[in-house]
Amino acid sequence: MLDKNGIAKRIAKEVKDGYYVNLGIGIPTLVANFVRDDISVEFQSENGVLGMGPFPFEGEEDADIINAGKQTITTLPGASFFDSALSFSMIRGQHVDLTILGAMEVAENGDIANWKIPGKMVKGMGGAMDLVASAENIIVAMMHTNKAGESKLLKRCTLPLTGVGCVKKVVTNLAVLEVTSKGFKLLERAPGVTVEDIEKATEGNLIVEGEVPEMKI
Amino acid sequence: MINKKVSNVSMALEGVADGMTFMLGGFGLCGIPENAIAELVKLGVKHITCISNNAGVDDFGLGLLLQKHQIKKMISSYVGENDEFERQMLSGELEVELTPQGTLAEKCRAAQAGFPAFYTPAGYGTEVAEGKETREFNGKMYVLEPAFKADFSFVKAWKGDEAGNLVFKGTARNFNPCMCGAAKITVAEVEELLPAGSLDPNEIHIPGIFVQRIFQGEKYEKRIEQRTLRIRS
Repeated sequence: MLDKNGIAKRIAKEVKDGYYVNLGIGIPTLVANFVRDDISVEFQSENGVLGMGPFPFEGEEDADIINAGKQTITTLPGASFFDSALSFSMIRGQHVDLTILGAMEVAENGDIANWKIPGKMVKGMGGAMDLVASAENIIVAMMHTNKAGESKLLKRCTLPLTGVGCVKKVVTNLAVLEVTSKGFKLLERAPGVTVEDIEKATEGNLIVEGEVPEMKI
Repeated sequence: MINKKVSNVSMALEGVADGMTFMLGGFGLCGIPENAIAELVKLGVKHITCISNNAGVDDFGLGLLLQKHQIKKMISSYVGENDEFERQMLSGELEVELTPQGTLAEKCRAAQAGFPAFYTPAGYGTEVAEGKETREFNGKMYVLEPAFKADFSFVKAWKGDEAGNLVFKGTARNFNPCMCGAAKITVAEVEELLPAGSLDPNEIHIPGIFVQRIFQGEKYEKRIEQRTLRIRS
């Protein structure tokens, strides 16, 4: 089974040379730590920066330079700043190659819910609805089950949706899955996790074809 | 040169009244019009509608207006950092219209650019699209979103000149440029107000035509919400 860093490490393998990547808050932010350093990648943050670098050293933080999670950041050579409308032109206009975000629920048809629990938690969708509606390549980083042990990979989402039929791939603490027209196709198992473990933790339709390899991270 | 300079925040906010709709720039606490917000608190205008990506934190930014119950309605994309906001929203005291961030930015830009509405894929098939016109283009579904209408825009820039030209810094730019010229009156506050001719025309982010009043702000606190650091090894 993977921890959060393990999930981020596995997702980092999906980041290819020349990609512009938008990272969501939470596990997705960690992905930047594990991207190979022999490829060229630029990270976009929807509040208006392309070419995000690591967090600043103490004393070098600048209140005017943050990411979408409101964390202080630095920029790398080649970076640029821009306004929110232009930022979402990059996203809506499909200039960003890969979007990695978290989710509360994903359904077997690719629906995603991650912005609201009616009556309990209403923080808002931020840029998530724009990102999932437009990105061609969306990877969801999430735990396979909630704290009560219930599956978060469902037949249908129960929470208010963020987007419909948009998720292509899911990386959890247990598995890598591809969203297909017939449901979640199991691509890889996390180290030490069996196909049966994954079947038990998946409410949505799980497609298992032949030997499922263990992921290499 | 048409001079847009006013000498202080109270002159800059002349004409604000109860029940008006305001746009306020900023992302979290980054790039917010601190002086204009403080003046709105002081003036005590009530029943206002605020268009702003976030709602500040409990004791800073728009949180200051929420504390005094001056806000009737918020139009935002994310409100996660403010307990008082969540309390007022869940109790029904505060009306909230959550809008996808890119749609929020474009509704400002559309107002600035003279478009009455636009189609976006964001929110299609979700509760955000309920009751809205949808339409298919090239096999994909889109939602019709109207431009915002507002009485005042309050924006914050790094530098400005007497002609109202603005230059922003870092990610403090965010929604500020999109809101310039998107309301009947745009009020810009800047950290440094310079004589016309001091800024290189090649490097101006927002031309003064979009700004009606400009003033030099005072005592910027520039609070950091999430001070995140790297350890020196």
